[in-house]
Amino acid sequence: MSTMPAILSGRGLVKRFGKVVGLNGADIDLFPGEVLAVIGDNGAGKSTLIKCFSGAHAPDTGTMEVAGQDVLFRSTHEARLAGIETVFQTLAVSPALDIAENLYLGREILKEGFLGTAFRMLDRKRMRAEAGQHLQDLGIGTIQNISQAVETLSGGQRQAVAVARAAAFGSKVIILDEPTAALGVRESARVLQLIHDLRERGMPVILISHNMPQVFEVADRIHVQRLGKRAAVITPSTHNMNDAVAIMTGALTVEEADQALGPVRTPVVS
Amino acid sequence: MTSTTATPDLSEEFAEKSGIIPKIQSTLHKYPYLSPLFVLIVAMIVFTMLNERFILATNLSLMTQQTVIVGTLAIAQTLIILTAGIDLSIGAIMVFGQMMMANLVVTSEVSNVAGYGWPAALAIVAGVLIAVVAGGVNGFLIVRFELPPFIVTLGTLSIFTALSLIFFKARTIQGPEMPDAMTWMGTTFKIGPFTVMTGVLVMLAMYGIFAYILRNTAWGTHIYAVGDDPDAAELSGINTGRVLFSVYCVAGLIIGIAAWITIGRVGSASPNVAPNINLDSITAVVIGGTSLFGGRGTMIGTLLGALIVVVFQNGLALAGYDQAPRVLAVGVLVIAAVALDQWIRKVQG
Repeated sequence: MSTMPAILSGRGLVKRFGKVVGLNGADIDLFPGEVLAVIGDNGAGKSTLIKCFSGAHAPDTGTMEVAGQDVLFRSTHEARLAGIETVFQTLAVSPALDIAENLYLGREILKEGFLGTAFRMLDRKRMRAEAGQHLQDLGIGTIQNISQAVETLSGGQRQAVAVARAAAFGSKVIILDEPTAALGVRESARVLQLIHDLRERGMPVILISHNMPQVFEVADRIHVQRLGKRAAVITPSTHNMNDAVAIMTGALTVEEADQALGPVRTPVVS
Repeated sequence: MTSTTATPDLSEEFAEKSGIIPKIQSTLHKYPYLSPLFVLIVAMIVFTMLNERFILATNLSLMTQQTVIVGTLAIAQTLIILTAGIDLSIGAIMVFGQMMMANLVVTSEVSNVAGYGWPAALAIVAGVLIAVVAGGVNGFLIVRFELPPFIVTLGTLSIFTALSLIFFKARTIQGPEMPDAMTWMGTTFKIGPFTVMTGVLVMLAMYGIFAYILRNTAWGTHIYAVGDDPDAAELSGINTGRVLFSVYCVAGLIIGIAAWITIGRVGSASPNVAPNINLDSITAVVIGGTSLFGGRGTMIGTLLGALIVVVFQNGLALAGYDQAPRVLAVGVLVIAAVALDQWIRKVQG
């Protein structure tokens, strides 16, 4: 594990919004097959950090690598082309469209030949069939009707659609921004299950969350963001929640955290 | 690491909701044109009972002809309202387009207008193109400067109206002054007892084409997505600005064809034709179940909405009511349609 190169990494990332400093030289590393949780206080730059990799922001300075290639994304579309899929906090689903249409929004399957290239005509049959297959793969294939409008779904179901979209297309990395913030206990459990499933399929995941018990349940490593920088990286087996909160708030110094940090561990599959 | 969370049973959450009211609500949600269809059928039955002349073939034919101008323009209005926009300049663009066609085609030999004596086909194409450009101007201002469609089209309503008067004066050009091709849309023929106007067939064909495009192309899906939630559409990788701009250009194309139809239907090109057409087109769209908030609606609904307005006007007239109660009825319909839309939007599975 420690010899494997990172699938995604950032060095010295800086992002300012006017006078507000979102990122102040942040680093990040995500290794193949792991779930990396990113935690931090409000304003620590968690969302800004991952938005550099989702293509929603471009960093002012710093370097980003994905699968060994230098990258700089100017749009979410470019990030998607590089194999990075993001489930945004707002979900970015279109409520009036149906599940299949949402899964393929912005990258519809077009009919082959002239009708597809000239008129961008949809291959609705294939979209329905493949959307159904993707949901099946994620164990949510019990959705009765793939042509159901997303707004008729509950919050958890919508989240499942957004995660399914990311899982269906993310070839290298999936980023989840606060996926359970708006959900109840039952629905949160389902999303955590989806994260477990993604990892079992070998998909690296970045999870941003405020919810410490959830983070400690699903994460292999925990990236602690503080004041626009990476303050520490800990693991659920070497540190507990109190340590994490202490580093997050600055009660425990970075040095103390680093001393406590053992060698990078191979993730244990649950 | 072991999962301590029980895996919830996924299937039961996706079970269908029962009960008659939620069922009606979710059916209307899925097929928004059902309510205007219901209103249209009930209205036709009631008006036939009030005056049996209502259902005669001659009256039904007349009503399709009364629908053709607002019905065609409402196709353009539907596309725009689906993007959560609105177009108040539709009538002004239509007048500008038809005045351009008519002025390009006439000659001073048959008319007291100077004219340019262009062939009819070229004049029609030029009139349609100027409508596309006018729509493009709306789209450009809305996308490039992020101005609200209401304000942009309120402005261009005045601008295009003024341009028509500046370039083409207030002179009405009569049908006989123009070649037959200009009024071809107004020609009629018999199918059984019905008198069918060519323009009505063209309008119906356009409804079919645009209903198909909305349903079966990526462009159609993106129109719904942009109207529904522009931020989500953008994050999903859709170029929302390009979608919006293209919608206003295509709306211009439809308005241009409507201009040609209008010359045929009215039998002349006049700057004063259909003064209330902007609001009438919005009325048809709204009664047809398309949401003013964007992202929801159908072409078939709009066609039904346009027919409903005409059926109410015509039926109430035949039942002996004068103008005021007819206008009142349309006002009640609009508010009822929007109230229904609000209720339907509250559906949760």
